[in-house]
Amino acid sequence: MTIALSQFNEVRLDRVSRDFGALNALRDVSLTVQRGEFIALLGPSGCGKSTTLNCVAGLLPVTGGAIWLDKSRVDTLRPEERGFGMVFQNYALFPHLNVRQNIGFGLKMRGRPKAEIDRKVDEAISLVRLGGQENKLPGQLSGGQQQRVAIARAIVIEPPLVLMDEPLSNLDAKLRLEMRAEIRRIHNQLGATTIYVTHDQDEALSLADRIVVLKDGIVRQVGTPKELYDAPTHLDVADFMGFRNRLKGRVISHENGRVLLDVEGAQIGGMARERVSTGSSAYASIRPDDLVAGEPGPNALAVTVDTIEYRGREFVGTAHSKGGLDFVFRSHQEVAPGSPIHLRADDSRVLVFAEPVQGRA
Amino acid sequence: MDVLAPTPAVIAGPSLRQRLASRGFDAVTLLVVPAAIFSLVLFVYPFAFGFVLSFEPKAGGDWLANYRRFFSDPFLYETIAKTLWLAVPVTILNLLLAVPIAFRVRLMRRQRLLTTILVLPITLGTVLVAEGLLNYLGPQGWFNRTLMTVGLIDQPLKLVHNYWGVFASLVITGFPFTFLLTLSYVTGIDPALEQAGATLGANAWQRFRHIYLPLLMPGFAITFCLSFVQAFSVFPSAVLLGAPAGPTRVISIAAYQAAFEEYDYSMASAVAMIMGFVQLGIVVAVLASRGLFYRGPASGAKG
Amino acid sequence: MIRDTTLGSKLWAVAVWTMVGFFVVNLFAMIGTVVTSSFATRWLGTWLPAGWTTRWYSSAWSEFQLGDVLLVTFQVVGAVVLISGALGVTAAYALARRDFPGKRMLLLLFLLPLLIPPITFGIPLATVLYQTGLAGTFWGVVVANLVPTVPFVILLMILFIEQIDPKIEAAARVFGANTFKLFIHVLLPLLLPGILAALLLVLVRTIAMFELTFLVAGPTSQTLVVALYYAVFAAGVRAVQSIDAMAVVYMVTTLVWLIIALRFVNPTQIVTRAKQQPAH
Repeated sequence: MTIALSQFNEVRLDRVSRDFGALNALRDVSLTVQRGEFIALLGPSGCGKSTTLNCVAGLLPVTGGAIWLDKSRVDTLRPEERGFGMVFQNYALFPHLNVRQNIGFGLKMRGRPKAEIDRKVDEAISLVRLGGQENKLPGQLSGGQQQRVAIARAIVIEPPLVLMDEPLSNLDAKLRLEMRAEIRRIHNQLGATTIYVTHDQDEALSLADRIVVLKDGIVRQVGTPKELYDAPTHLDVADFMGFRNRLKGRVISHENGRVLLDVEGAQIGGMARERVSTGSSAYASIRPDDLVAGEPGPNALAVTVDTIEYRGREFVGTAHSKGGLDFVFRSHQEVAPGSPIHLRADDSRVLVFAEPVQGRA
Repeated sequence: MDVLAPTPAVIAGPSLRQRLASRGFDAVTLLVVPAAIFSLVLFVYPFAFGFVLSFEPKAGGDWLANYRRFFSDPFLYETIAKTLWLAVPVTILNLLLAVPIAFRVRLMRRQRLLTTILVLPITLGTVLVAEGLLNYLGPQGWFNRTLMTVGLIDQPLKLVHNYWGVFASLVITGFPFTFLLTLSYVTGIDPALEQAGATLGANAWQRFRHIYLPLLMPGFAITFCLSFVQAFSVFPSAVLLGAPAGPTRVISIAAYQAAFEEYDYSMASAVAMIMGFVQLGIVVAVLASRGLFYRGPASGAKG
Repeated sequence: MIRDTTLGSKLWAVAVWTMVGFFVVNLFAMIGTVVTSSFATRWLGTWLPAGWTTRWYSSAWSEFQLGDVLLVTFQVVGAVVLISGALGVTAAYALARRDFPGKRMLLLLFLLPLLIPPITFGIPLATVLYQTGLAGTFWGVVVANLVPTVPFVILLMILFIEQIDPKIEAAARVFGANTFKLFIHVLLPLLLPGILAALLLVLVRTIAMFELTFLVAGPTSQTLVVALYYAVFAAGVRAVQSIDAMAVVYMVTTLVWLIIALRFVNPTQIVTRAKQQPAH
């Protein structure tokens, strides 16, 4: 394999901001990406993740801050001067160029000799396993094949940094899993430094070395997939990491990070993720996986079952409490809709967050 | 691996280039400048120049002398009525013909043959149509011969060098124009709307009256305006096919004669301005009445 | 599509098709009259001429100096096509890709010459061109014809350019194309069908553009359609057949290009593409 990526140590975003008129799409985003790292930018739509990527690519000028590649500042460069590779959401393949020409485009722009272009394009084609499709136009390829062309086009120029903007969002569920594995494989093979934008937490968890969670243009948390999954430090991050049950309650007591909440008269114990004070409102966040139908007792809430779905090994149900809270839970047995049950979760699996300022839910 | 370490470095604010770019001004925007200058110099400036010139009469007199002369000389002011007397009936007729035909053609799978045939007279232009009609509608032409053979008439109809010759030429060139515009509006409406109407029990007339008509009114208004403006500026056929000294002495002939027979550009400009304002007046009146109708996205007739 | 099968709607359909048929028959009969007459030896008071000949074409060719006129026509048309293409495509690109203050005003400015009939703005334009001494010259005719064609190209090309995903341009930039390379390697190949269509339509329109050319042309700078007008205007002077031969030459010149243009565009577009804008 001779696709060798440019040598550098880090890409640094230094308090990058981007305004659209009065709207702050990005506020003081700082992030350092080490060589070889796979970083996922995760967040809901409109959180600023694609804006960040476009700022790094140079497609959007930043309105504040700077972007550094080691010691050279790149945010003042035009996109064609930065030399990054990018995989676009709809692939943005050149419709009038065939697979070879699409992949070779970046090298041609760089004025490389034809022999070198041919050799590198061949390598890239075999890397993304597109042998036999070289002379087809993008319109004749399937979604997955177009995706492979887009990836090959981005890596063949041996960029210091590969940017991927929701590359899997246009594929159907099965193909998405397949291409996810492909991206992983190609990353392992080349070690390309990658910034990957997605709104799918599974993608981020399975691909990334580190995940950056963005919301409203602000970085909420940065960490390894395991850190984020087990220990979100922010209610929004917890939401995004699958803590779908959010119970509002009042703090009865707290000690050494353990909190006791009063939720509709029941006592729920959990682990404090933010500072809380006795008597104040707080949220308990629980994954559906950790909320199990069971017997009455400590850490248990009385609810009425609304729906129940069979999911192979077990059942997943929805329920509501008399106070109007909604729940998603799992159960080993089928429970009839309308029947009263108790839901309980282990203390250690309940995360407690302070109520956000201004009551922003 | 400190990721969020704030950097103390002072970062300069956005440059002028960035600030302009954020408002939409950059090198790409400048590409519009040559065409914009061209339009200003060759379209806006002549209009403004003509407007000013029309207030500087060649023969002397006060600044309104040209306009006073126009509105006091029946040979001049009657051209407005004569032009309207041609343009308004022709436009209404063209639109009345175009709408039902467009609704029928919309159902055709192979519209292209018909649209190609109809684009012929537009492409050939008014001069050729005038020459063709001179022969065709003349007393010995095929049209009169056919009518006489069929027995509808005994004497050839006088169809050229009068009002009807110009009228016919305006239909030949104007109808295709009106029709193609109407067709593009009619086909721009989602057929699912009509199908929805049918499932709700509307018959053909009710579907036209309650679904298509309200959605198409804005399009029809614009079609009317554009067709009218074309008809109002009739020139070569009024000279060649009509009676340019009599009933088809239209306003463009008056403007042309002022400019190229009397060499009075000031008067010519005044006539052109009057022509422009009459057109504008009718267009504004029609478009203003458009405000009475639904004006939303459903026309969807864009390319 | 819903088709009614009641008697009333069938009668209605017959009535509509009769109208279409009447129009088309008269149109072809009119064209046929011109063509027949141009080949007629003598044609008075009969259905068909007494005999057939092609001599009117050679006499029209020399009487009306058709060689010179055609040469001028193609020179004017060529210049108009090239200049309106260069000005129009660049401006259309800016208008399709950028939002800037005053853009709506600018679009209106480009729309007006298409909505206002040429004779209305032609008279003040001719006045200005006579004052500057451009009228009567070759370039005066070209400039006058550009007034509606530049906006026509702009409005048509905006629609074509908007169909190209801006992400494709972004991709080209990211992969190292500067503005020039972007244009050569990506935009031009993608826009070529659109540019070709727009320019062919400009060509057809310019051949047939009577009013503007008529108002500013001098004896050596008149195009075929203006020469035809003068011939018809002075009809008593020349034989009708000779004028008709010239009319046929004009028709053929126009229709050849129309047929080529129709390979790239839908006939409806000749009228509607640019005209639909004011609806919004």
